[in-house]
Amino acid sequence: MSYTVLVFVKQVPDTQNISGDAMTPEGTVNRAALPAIFNPEDLNALELALQLKDRYGARVVVATMGMPAAAEVLRQALYRGADEAVLVTDRALAGADTLATSYTLSCCAKKLGKFDLILCGRQAIDGDTAQVGPQIAEKLKIPQLCYVEEVRSLEKGKVVVRRAIEGGYEVLESPTPALLTVIDANEPRPMNAKKLMKFKRAKTASEVAKSYANANYTEGAALDEELKKLEKNGLLIREFSAKDIDADPGRIGFPGSPTKVKNVMSVVLTASEAKSVPATDEGISLLIHELISDHTLG
Amino acid sequence: MANFFKDNSDLVFTLNNLDLTEVASLREQNYKFAQEFDNAPTSFEDALDNYNRVLEIVGEICGDRIEPRSRTVDEEGPHFENGKVTYHPLTVQNLKDLEQAGVMGVMLEHRFGGLNFPVSVYTMMTEMVSRADGSLQNIFGLQDIAETISFFGSEEQKQKYLPGFASGEFDGSMDLTEPDFGSDLQSVRLRAWQDEKTGQWYLNGMKRFITNGCAQVHLVLARSEEGTTDGRGLSMFIAEKCPQLVVRRIEHKLGIHGVATCELQYNDVPAQLCGKRRFGLIKYVMSLMNGARVAISGQAVGIAEAAYREARKYASERMQFKKSIDQFPAIYDMLSNMKVKLTAARALLYETTRTVDLRNGYNDLVERGEATADDRAKQKYYNKVAAVLTPMCKALATEMANQVTYDAIQIHGGTGYMKDFNVERFYRDARITNIYEGTTQLQVVAAIGGVIQRDNDVRIKELASLDFQGKLARLRDKVMELHERQLKAVAFVAEKKDQAYHDLMARSLVEMETYIFVGLLLLRDAMKCEERAAIAERWVLDAVPEFEKRFMRVMSGDVTLIDNNRDIIDY
Repeated sequence: MSYTVLVFVKQVPDTQNISGDAMTPEGTVNRAALPAIFNPEDLNALELALQLKDRYGARVVVATMGMPAAAEVLRQALYRGADEAVLVTDRALAGADTLATSYTLSCCAKKLGKFDLILCGRQAIDGDTAQVGPQIAEKLKIPQLCYVEEVRSLEKGKVVVRRAIEGGYEVLESPTPALLTVIDANEPRPMNAKKLMKFKRAKTASEVAKSYANANYTEGAALDEELKKLEKNGLLIREFSAKDIDADPGRIGFPGSPTKVKNVMSVVLTASEAKSVPATDEGISLLIHELISDHTLG
Repeated sequence: MANFFKDNSDLVFTLNNLDLTEVASLREQNYKFAQEFDNAPTSFEDALDNYNRVLEIVGEICGDRIEPRSRTVDEEGPHFENGKVTYHPLTVQNLKDLEQAGVMGVMLEHRFGGLNFPVSVYTMMTEMVSRADGSLQNIFGLQDIAETISFFGSEEQKQKYLPGFASGEFDGSMDLTEPDFGSDLQSVRLRAWQDEKTGQWYLNGMKRFITNGCAQVHLVLARSEEGTTDGRGLSMFIAEKCPQLVVRRIEHKLGIHGVATCELQYNDVPAQLCGKRRFGLIKYVMSLMNGARVAISGQAVGIAEAAYREARKYASERMQFKKSIDQFPAIYDMLSNMKVKLTAARALLYETTRTVDLRNGYNDLVERGEATADDRAKQKYYNKVAAVLTPMCKALATEMANQVTYDAIQIHGGTGYMKDFNVERFYRDARITNIYEGTTQLQVVAAIGGVIQRDNDVRIKELASLDFQGKLARLRDKVMELHERQLKAVAFVAEKKDQAYHDLMARSLVEMETYIFVGLLLLRDAMKCEERAAIAERWVLDAVPEFEKRFMRVMSGDVTLIDNNRDIIDY
């Protein structure tokens, strides 16, 4: 295992299977009404990491920031072949926008120590901002390679990737450590039956505590023992609080999020009749005049 | 986003109501493997949870990946050039997906890297794979070969081959049929000879119609005893792919285009004896074939499921005379008939697999020397019942698949005859299921002994004495009336002591038995789930005239066909 690859993933509401009550009256996503799934492009990022593991021997560490229930996507990553899983969860992290999220995840990366690559999906299907990956790279002061389709080669200190650009692709070389955001250009491998049968038992400390009726302190010893047992069997999903990753309380969660939702609109796009313009100087001149006269331009 | 497990309420119902408690506990040896293997279950609930979750994984692969590729695989198929078979790239991708999902050694023990799942759960995968791509099942379903090595091979052979099968590194083939001997396997001629100095065995001769004959590991039925001509001179061998084992050609078939069916020439191919000499056909190949018969039944049910769904969808969308055609009695009659038969075949299939699982479990217990007298009695019982249910099930499921795929085209009308729709493929793929691994006619031969001996009666009584109420109780009584007449018919044929009449009536008797047995299974399921009552009722009500027709024929004592069949055939 000569390389360490971090994969940041997100549990998202399944916006591809929308039901009637998917939106709250306030126009925000009703998370309770939608099934929570592994963000699709994060699965592509994980697949890329697992391919690197197959090709070069890499330790694949998957991490997410989210509610305690987000442990489920971490387990799914383990079923597919990830080596370790980390959950960053804390009430203080609630309400984070992309700035606070990327700060939190950059703290998590620092806490996890040396790595060669960070892989993220390009964007999540709930917010579609595509900001978190690049912002993490900025905060860690490492190069970012976005829209990656495949890794051509990886060696100590250097990675070569192919990435999509408009109308084609380009091949880029970058020093490592670097951050890659990955697009839907591979077919994520299915979950593995044997890994599932093992890692379905993997739990975070708070999941174990919950099975002990939350704060039943009389069972503290039994709880400790179970945690130790899980850890020994490689079934403990590490859990970090904001404090564990040395995050500045002013830069996380709601206080660290300057984004304000001013208004939510339902925009209905309507197509009108198409008009073709001859590809001549005259045609273009006519088009520009038309656009100026109906105030689309100017 | 299709999941062939989750979208199939009958399959989900079957898994969770089949009662695999005893099966799983035997398989996991009272869950002792959990001490040693971190993926072994600790209890029945844990095991059942594994079955459900792994079937969901396979269901997703089948629905999202394999099915969308199936049309191209059928159109283009594998490629043969210079003695080398190359599978279609999409078939290769299908196998890679299944391999990555870790389901290539479903029934193999934990210690060989398998999942140690029962046949029942494996058959559910078989069914889903077949619904997605009928031909892929012929490669996925070859896990029976590894299972046969695990039953009868030496410890050394198990160590050598089974981990490779479990990881997907090895694939297999079962080389039985020869150009001159198909149904008549006891006359197989491929010669096995032993070098007296080294003890090494070599194989010489021809095999034909070998599914996936380009495999790495071959189980070969060969004549090891010079001068013999019957089944007792045959042994089973393991041979590996090598230059002396030549693929001469691949067949151009009506259906299951995705898999290569090969003609093989053995030119002194080095081989190892598997199990004991002379037991090749009578023990090992019979076991292998019985396993394969269950798998083919699963394949038939899967193809029929696919065809039924297309027919139902088409009938609900196709408008004629200002109505969707499924509102016309002629069409809804066909659709409900298809659905009832499909559900019936599935019920018998999993009753069969459960019996096979119990048989395997008690066989294993006896072999390990841990069996009590009670366990031995159960071993004997389940061996007997599995032997009659397996051919009964294959006959029902594969004939059903032919009928359902036929009707699926009929419902599509002219459209269904065109290559643009999938139903013509299902029809072609289903056609082999009642031929290979023994034709329906041979399944009848295999089942009739158990029917005459009344091997199903213990189970029939068990099912009939369930606490049915109201309509279900009345239907149960109807079925038991048929059962009484079945006993009369069986006695009539047995007392006649006329072999030709016995053989001529065998199919009717086996089918009559099937109407009764499946009727009780469907009533049992209806008791657990109210929505299934209409299906059980339809089966029983339709069974009555079908049963009567056969009953009249058997009881007629009519031997004219035995006397005058040549006059008819040769006219």
